[in-house]
Amino acid sequence: MATEAATGVERIAAAFELARGEGRAALMPYMMAGFPDRATSLAVAEAYAESGADLVELGVPFSDPLADGPTIHAAATAALEAGATLATALEACRSISARVPVVLMVYANMILAHGGAEEFAAILAASGAAGAIVPDLPLGENEELAAALAAAGLALVPLVAPTTTPARRKAICEPAEGFIYLVSTTGTTGERAAVPAGLAELAAATRADAGSTPVAVGFGISTPGQAAEVGRIADGVIVGSRLVRAAGEAGSPQAAADAVGEFLSETRVGLAR
Amino acid sequence: MTAVEERFGPYGGRYVPESLIAALDELTAAWEAAREDPEFVARLELLRRDFIGRPTPLYLAERLSARVGGRVYLKREDLAHTGAHKINNAIGQTLLAQRMGKRRIIAETGAGQHGVATATACALLGLECVVYMGTEDIRRQAPNVERMRLLGAEVAPVEAGARTLKEAVSAAIRDWVAEVETTHYVIGSAVGPAPFPALVRDLQRVIGEEARAQALDAEGALPTRVIACVGGGSNAIGIFHPFLDDAEVGLVGVEAAGEGLDTGRHGASLQGGVTGVLHGSLSSVIADEEGQIQEAHSVSAGLDYPGVGPEHAHLRDSGRARYVAVTDGQALAAFRELARLEGIIPALESSHAIAWLLAEGGSAEGFDVVCLSGRGDKDMAEVGALDGD
Repeated sequence: MATEAATGVERIAAAFELARGEGRAALMPYMMAGFPDRATSLAVAEAYAESGADLVELGVPFSDPLADGPTIHAAATAALEAGATLATALEACRSISARVPVVLMVYANMILAHGGAEEFAAILAASGAAGAIVPDLPLGENEELAAALAAAGLALVPLVAPTTTPARRKAICEPAEGFIYLVSTTGTTGERAAVPAGLAELAAATRADAGSTPVAVGFGISTPGQAAEVGRIADGVIVGSRLVRAAGEAGSPQAAADAVGEFLSETRVGLAR
Repeated sequence: MTAVEERFGPYGGRYVPESLIAALDELTAAWEAAREDPEFVARLELLRRDFIGRPTPLYLAERLSARVGGRVYLKREDLAHTGAHKINNAIGQTLLAQRMGKRRIIAETGAGQHGVATATACALLGLECVVYMGTEDIRRQAPNVERMRLLGAEVAPVEAGARTLKEAVSAAIRDWVAEVETTHYVIGSAVGPAPFPALVRDLQRVIGEEARAQALDAEGALPTRVIACVGGGSNAIGIFHPFLDDAEVGLVGVEAAGEGLDTGRHGASLQGGVTGVLHGSLSSVIADEEGQIQEAHSVSAGLDYPGVGPEHAHLRDSGRARYVAVTDGQALAAFRELARLEGIIPALESSHAIAWLLAEGGSAEGFDVVCLSGRGDKDMAEVGALDGD
């Protein structure tokens, strides 16, 4: 359990450390705030916190999510239609952030609209978030936000892709705080039939560049078996679209909580092996 | 070798997923090399002349001149092959893609003009072509869908959001993220992540280079004003750019006021927008206070876009260009008026530039140049439907 005084960066490090101490990769489920409605997304957040999530990636719905595939794009659209705002995401964040580190996945235009880097860092800190992932602020565009978050003790988690050159990968990993988000495959988020070939080599190279900063793999991991496979080559495993789909199909807050909780428990067992 | 600009003042940049960065680096390097390669330049010149039909005329529109009280020349991009300036960019980018060894081309389209231009260029060069188009636009622009298919392109329907241009761009970018190693994305306007705004500008600059030389030829002087419509802004930046250092030449960009700037239903990203990120660059965007991008509204599908090229945002801030807007009603009236005055049916996009001139009047001294960016045959059904209302 994180203490009040711990910074976001420290709480993320502690979560990965705890998993490593148990001989497994950290499990990081993704959820879309406000999807399919506020009550269900709060129930999903609660289920994540109580069903073995080591960290939670909390998506903030945005109108034009370029990095996301059909499932998460549709979930964002539905959440916005149901009235979700940044405040909806921050409410979900506050509801679980004392129990599990929460990293917000948010697009750059929403940060600009909420006052820019420093103000946004203050908003995150006040909501108990541990950090942020901004998929459209690559190295070269993210320096101002990285500095503002760092000043607040929060992590700006950078992404590394299979197309990232080795020199650039090193430049991304070197200043990184929290963890590195390794995109498993070229493409957008979404369920895929198999773990991509070459991922093990890519993960090993990224971990070498990352030094003591953990590397979590996401995009396309949709079964407990795939999670276990990825868990053997990375410090953390991110599961997104599969869980968003389950939350959307469930039909009620309780059913959604049960569905994602069951998936997480099963995945967690697989990771421990 | 001159570097391709990544920023225009504070605007531009590369606000894209990490997966695309390597491809944008590759494209930047390829364009920096190609535009200074005599063989590439000669090939582009030849296609511009013999395939597109350049130079397009600079035409003294005498009856329009009499109507507005000042000499007006029209830069006749409507006479370019496929009927609009879009072909300048499509030919240039597909030629570049071929030079880079990419065999698959993707594009987005709203009204279909850029889709047709790209499908045409791909047919010419023997490249595979996929055009993303919102299903609402597919419904409204059936003839252009048929043209693209006839030219051998696959039209990929986009169901997201309002099913129009914004979502088609997003779908094309997502395709590119996934297929970046084999595919080149021919973006249709001077928007998107660097190097696209500079690349498209470089390829559309031919409009202004020709117009400047033709004006000097015809009048022995530079125009008082150069006027062009602005959606994403590629025809405008193309005709403005060669005049940037001619301080005495006024540059006027005409945006779509739609139902009125104060109604919230417009496409005027520069005048009714805020600084923000859309489709990979920082520019002026139409967004709500939460940062959600809003749908644009214009009678003209080509101006129906909630963003604008970053170089225009910079020219607005610096004051070098002035941006104004006309409503749907003004544009429709200008569409009819030019047809009857000059025997030229303008695209609804270009009708915005004509409409501003009709409202403002011609220049008392010197003369004006208006970029007639495309022809209006594509808009006949839309205008007919509005007449029936």
